[in-house]
Amino acid sequence: MRPEVWEAMSPYSGDVFGNPSGVHGVSRTAKNALEDAREQIAELIGAKPMEIVFTSGGTESDNLAIKGAVLNSSERRGLVTSAIEHEAVLETADFLERLGRPVTTVGVDSQGRVDPSEIGRAVNEDTAVVSVMMVNNETGTVQDITEISTVVKSVNPDTLVHTDAVQAFGCEEVDVDSLGLDLLTISAHKFGGPKGSGILYVRDGTTLEPVLHGGGQELGRRSGTNDVASAVGIATAVKLAIDDRERFETEVRAVRDHMESRLVGEIEDLVVNTPETGRSSHHLNVRVPGVRNETLLMLLDQRGVAASAGSACQSGAATVSHVLEAMGLTPDQARESVRFTFGWTSTQDEADEAADIVKDLVGRLR
Amino acid sequence: MSGGVDSSVAAAVMKDAGHDVMGVTLKLWSGPRGEAPTAGCCTVSDAEDARRVAAQLDIPYYVLDHTEDFRDGVVDRFVADYASGRTPNPCIECNRTVKFDRLLARLDDFQCDVLVTGHHARTRLVDGSWQLIRGRDAAKDQSYVLSMLTQDQLSRTRFPVGELTKQEVRRMATGMGMRTAHKPESMDICFVGRRDYRRFLRDVAPDAFSPGSVVDGDGNQIGTHEGIADFTVGQRRGLGIAVGEPRFVIRIEGDTSTVVVGPRGDLGVSGAALAQVTWTDGAWREGRVMAQYRAHGEPVPASIQGSALSFAEPQEAIAPGQTVAFYDEDVVVGGALIASTA
Repeated sequence: MRPEVWEAMSPYSGDVFGNPSGVHGVSRTAKNALEDAREQIAELIGAKPMEIVFTSGGTESDNLAIKGAVLNSSERRGLVTSAIEHEAVLETADFLERLGRPVTTVGVDSQGRVDPSEIGRAVNEDTAVVSVMMVNNETGTVQDITEISTVVKSVNPDTLVHTDAVQAFGCEEVDVDSLGLDLLTISAHKFGGPKGSGILYVRDGTTLEPVLHGGGQELGRRSGTNDVASAVGIATAVKLAIDDRERFETEVRAVRDHMESRLVGEIEDLVVNTPETGRSSHHLNVRVPGVRNETLLMLLDQRGVAASAGSACQSGAATVSHVLEAMGLTPDQARESVRFTFGWTSTQDEADEAADIVKDLVGRLR
Repeated sequence: MSGGVDSSVAAAVMKDAGHDVMGVTLKLWSGPRGEAPTAGCCTVSDAEDARRVAAQLDIPYYVLDHTEDFRDGVVDRFVADYASGRTPNPCIECNRTVKFDRLLARLDDFQCDVLVTGHHARTRLVDGSWQLIRGRDAAKDQSYVLSMLTQDQLSRTRFPVGELTKQEVRRMATGMGMRTAHKPESMDICFVGRRDYRRFLRDVAPDAFSPGSVVDGDGNQIGTHEGIADFTVGQRRGLGIAVGEPRFVIRIEGDTSTVVVGPRGDLGVSGAALAQVTWTDGAWREGRVMAQYRAHGEPVPASIQGSALSFAEPQEAIAPGQTVAFYDEDVVVGGALIASTA
């Protein structure tokens, strides 16, 4: 977490303990902080304050956006999404399909990219919402969200467009109007904010069926006592991340590119799964033929390098990446792929150290 | 580390002895939709116990995915064996094909020297040859399920818990404040859980259940059955026949889907043809040997000629698919699968 975030949050877990929905003095202080946080975020992403819903993170925001849109509309029942989405979207799609809702999952090319015109062909008058992530969490592939929303609206202006921008925020410019979005998911811990804190942007005039029913907080869109500290935390982190965005975009990209060129130059047969163009600044997904990622990740961990593969299941075993499989890799190739993700603190020295360790371990394993 | 007390203490003993220890749990099985098992062993909560013990011991801990190896080597075989009238022991097949084969093969990659498990068995290096010996706690001895291990496998394996009684293991775990100290032992087949294994077979291999005849020793049909996978040799209940004298399953004929029943006197088996024979020291043996054909059975005198085993006295209820372990006093000298009985 960025230290300024923790500093801004801590009073709201201590002295300022009021429930923002209460009628007492301490509640009003908390309510002010909550609404200040909302206004601050709204301004920074080009939204109106009442369009910001505080949630417990990316998963909840994705659930609220998609279930909320599909289960709300009696005229439009369907969902269109892509094969490389986060589990929070794919499992929600699976749930809706089990409820009998029409779900279309559009594939991607070998770069992990969705073809906007294919999305357009999948949309019809029954489509309630389209959800395509802005930056893929495993490969860093960037989707053309503006083009996707333009195509969707040209087919059906009533279809809502959602993007999971969890991996994009802090490196890509996120402006809801220029992206043409109705719904947008952000998660605080990806850019120096607290874990368990996220927002869903909901365009004015959009009604959603809530996922959490109850006391009607967040204009009825998300019941439950607000976590004020968490809201202050995400607002502070949003501000810091946007201020830091240009530096992040150039410096972290340079660190990532440096590690990439070292691995490509020094490890024979290494294949870069992250696309050459239209890539984020902070993801690097590579395949090391002949080396099982499960083993490499274990050894990397013991040398202090935190890398990952696919997504972790509950028991902690790595699973074969659905993203890489959608890009056309075989399960065995996916099991040779590892992902390095860089953050706002990453330095070139760290990248060099990690590259040295990867090279050493790959040499031993081969 | 299964998440049980034995492997917890095995890790602790090695760590105390000054070794660099790394804990691993094998993910071996998940349901049709990828869900983790919640009953039996190897559940998410067992992995969680193992993880917490590893954290307490301050050792790295990982979950390794061996589900494909386990499906190919253990579950498919379990189903195929029952479908053809044999009685498999999946824990032995897991040792043979997963733990002491596919996992052991990864030791070099992990930069590890030995694989340590919580089995109650002992090993000794005698004149350059590894011996496998019964665990010190006779009641908990697991050398039978390890009887297929070769010199190469034994040389890269350690069983520190085999030097202890179960009571000592629990006492040590209690002394260290381990969460697994009083955890009950798992008795289930991990991928079947608390269900009857016949229900599991019906779910995953409905084709294994085709109706057939129940016949007496002379081949006279005295009933019908729903599938041979419902039966094991020696079984008395659920035969669906009502006659005065108790009747037992004597034999299962897979190719004709026939179950042969008879009085207890017909259960005796005088010998067996062996398959997948392993001799611990690598040298084929002939002649007298003590043979144990159940995990906690008493060894009985027998003799070996080629791959034929003859018991000194007829033995009751031995089924093809079972493992027989050979002993010289407390030392395992080899093991084999029973291919057929005579």
